Amino acid sequence: MPREGLEVENLHLWRGERHVLRGIGFALPRGGCLHVAGPNGSGKTSLLRTVCGLLYPESGRLLWDGRDVHQDLPAFHSTLIYIGHEAPLKADLSARENLRYWVGMRRRIGRGTLEATLQRVGAAAWSERPARTLSAGQRRRIALAALSLLWVPLWLLDEPTTNLDTEGQQLVGTLIEEHIARGGLVLAATHHELPLRRQVQRLELMHG
Amino acid sequence: MNWAWFHRLASPPHIYRLAQQLTPWFAWPAAALILTALYGGLVLAPPDYQQGDGFRIIYMHAPAAWMSLMVYTTMAVAAAVALIWRMKVAHAVAASCAPIGASFTFAALVTGSLWGEPMWGTWWEWDPRLTSELILLFLYLGYMGLRGAIDDPQRADRTSAVLAVVGIVNVPIIHYSVTWWNSLHQAPSVMRLGKPQLSMPMLWPLLLMLLGFTLFFVAVLLVRLRGEILVRERSASWIREVVGT
Amino acid sequence: MDDPRTPALPAAAAPALSGATTPHDAASVLDAALLVLERDLTLALRRRGQLVQPLAFFAIVTTLFPLAISPELARLREVAAGVLWVAALLASLLALEFLFRDDAYDGTLEQYALSGQPLTGLMFAKTAAHWLLTGLPLALMAPLAALSLGAPPGSVPGIVASVAVGTVALSLIGSIGAALTLGIRRSGVLLALLTLPLALPVLIFGARASELAIHGESYLAPLELLAALAVLGITLAPLASAAAVRISLE
Repeated sequence: MPREGLEVENLHLWRGERHVLRGIGFALPRGGCLHVAGPNGSGKTSLLRTVCGLLYPESGRLLWDGRDVHQDLPAFHSTLIYIGHEAPLKADLSARENLRYWVGMRRRIGRGTLEATLQRVGAAAWSERPARTLSAGQRRRIALAALSLLWVPLWLLDEPTTNLDTEGQQLVGTLIEEHIARGGLVLAATHHELPLRRQVQRLELMHG
Repeated sequence: MNWAWFHRLASPPHIYRLAQQLTPWFAWPAAALILTALYGGLVLAPPDYQQGDGFRIIYMHAPAAWMSLMVYTTMAVAAAVALIWRMKVAHAVAASCAPIGASFTFAALVTGSLWGEPMWGTWWEWDPRLTSELILLFLYLGYMGLRGAIDDPQRADRTSAVLAVVGIVNVPIIHYSVTWWNSLHQAPSVMRLGKPQLSMPMLWPLLLMLLGFTLFFVAVLLVRLRGEILVRERSASWIREVVGT
Repeated sequence: MDDPRTPALPAAAAPALSGATTPHDAASVLDAALLVLERDLTLALRRRGQLVQPLAFFAIVTTLFPLAISPELARLREVAAGVLWVAALLASLLALEFLFRDDAYDGTLEQYALSGQPLTGLMFAKTAAHWLLTGLPLALMAPLAALSLGAPPGSVPGIVASVAVGTVALSLIGSIGAALTLGIRRSGVLLALLTLPLALPVLIFGARASELAIHGESYLAPLELLAALAVLGITLAPLASAAAVRISLE
């Protein structure tokens, strides 16, 4: 009976000469959240990118719902969203246009849903301005909007609370908690603490 | 003992030792064949009725040109294997091939130019085969340039591997288009670098030379491959044992 | 400023998360490709200055030849096809540098690779946008350059056709080089060195087609060969570009 959720077994990854991931393993069930902690350079981003399939591990297994991820990467990709340090916004497009393209490539969204989400992340006032005029915190909020709109189970977040004020951090916490409550999975890498009301699974990465 | 290294690679220490053992088996026969072929071609073979002794450069030119293409094919096949099965040793093979192939190409161009000069009166004519060789040289230089421009060794390997595969697909297309282009503008009096009619006494040295060049290529490849492996594996533990002996 | 209240997402917008990995309103690859095309075109039109640069380059390069050779139209007509094509090739190369660069820097390319959509299709869409923004305008400008180099007016259809088809092949071949040189500092020259040998067949057939058009003869044979190259490019180039892009994301 295949286990649901994400399973990682004995992951080894080298970047050039550095042995970045040494036998990492964990199980993240549906409704679970894993906080990947560790100082800068400990491999948090590499771990997220390996789980996504952007980096190929030298050994180890990655299973999603019991199936090897590398057997059908596109199918796996359609179940996840990965947001790195920087939100992938085009400087010359407005926040709304950026969202429409980013999310629209994966899911057909109606105007109403888009507006409601912009409202929710507090972007209604500045959604028309070109992205190059936005602050780092505002750009992060657009990333959060994309998270809400893309209805996928697995969230891979790299430094989700960076550049956000207290309110923004609370929004991140609320979104994550709602997502978990719906049966979603969150893998968040950050050297800060996650703004969550309850304790979650924690994976501590040491320096290489 | 750091066993994890063996998971990564298709056993480079094994390949290293194998290359070390095999090299003399290719190097000595290569030398023998080349020397025999040289004697056969330069001394024994009769002069061509049309070109006189000038045709003898074919014994260097034709095998060099043939090898330039064969080495590129080897490089592209190694690159494809490396990409599909993620074998790092195959990347080392492709990297080792490139300078050898470029040298063969350069030799083919120089000997071709030397061959053509008495016939054409100039050191260069836009002969279709020589022009294709020149473009092949650019392909080699592009491959080596791309490798050199990327700092991360893994990325350099994989990116240049894609280029090698794209290149080999293009080589027949380029060759066809250059031949087509040349045929449009051919003045009938210009003598092309075609093969002169070769009788048996003239042919066997050529075939022998070709075989000799092939063995020579393998020998040099094995030597370069060991060098590549040493550089790539320099922090592995097995290196200390090998280099210490 | 920002709205401090955070109302919950409307329940109607929330189908079940567990179970199906593809929601019923998933975007198809065609939807995605069209969005990519639309985005690239929109972005380019917001920076019209940059858009014009390859075309201006093309114009300047064609001007160089009369100045360097001779103002006599009879002499220029002999080399017009070749000059035209070399200029078009170099102008296309200039525009290629920016095909993937911005997307690579701001993380858009990464999202494409993770979108679950076939990356090959998205590469094709980007290359199509590139052709619409560079190749097609070049094809429309080429007759002007040809006329200035002494070509007769009857040659215009042939020149437009050959440059239009040829630039399709050039955009595709060039996309491979652009993908391979992602992340390399000052990659312009390397991009040219990699792309030019691969683009030579296009140059040969295209220049021949234009040459025949200028002499009033049938240019169908080389045009068909150009079209064959373009078709080959459409089938193979996006595969190679996608592979190269994935490698650049590692």
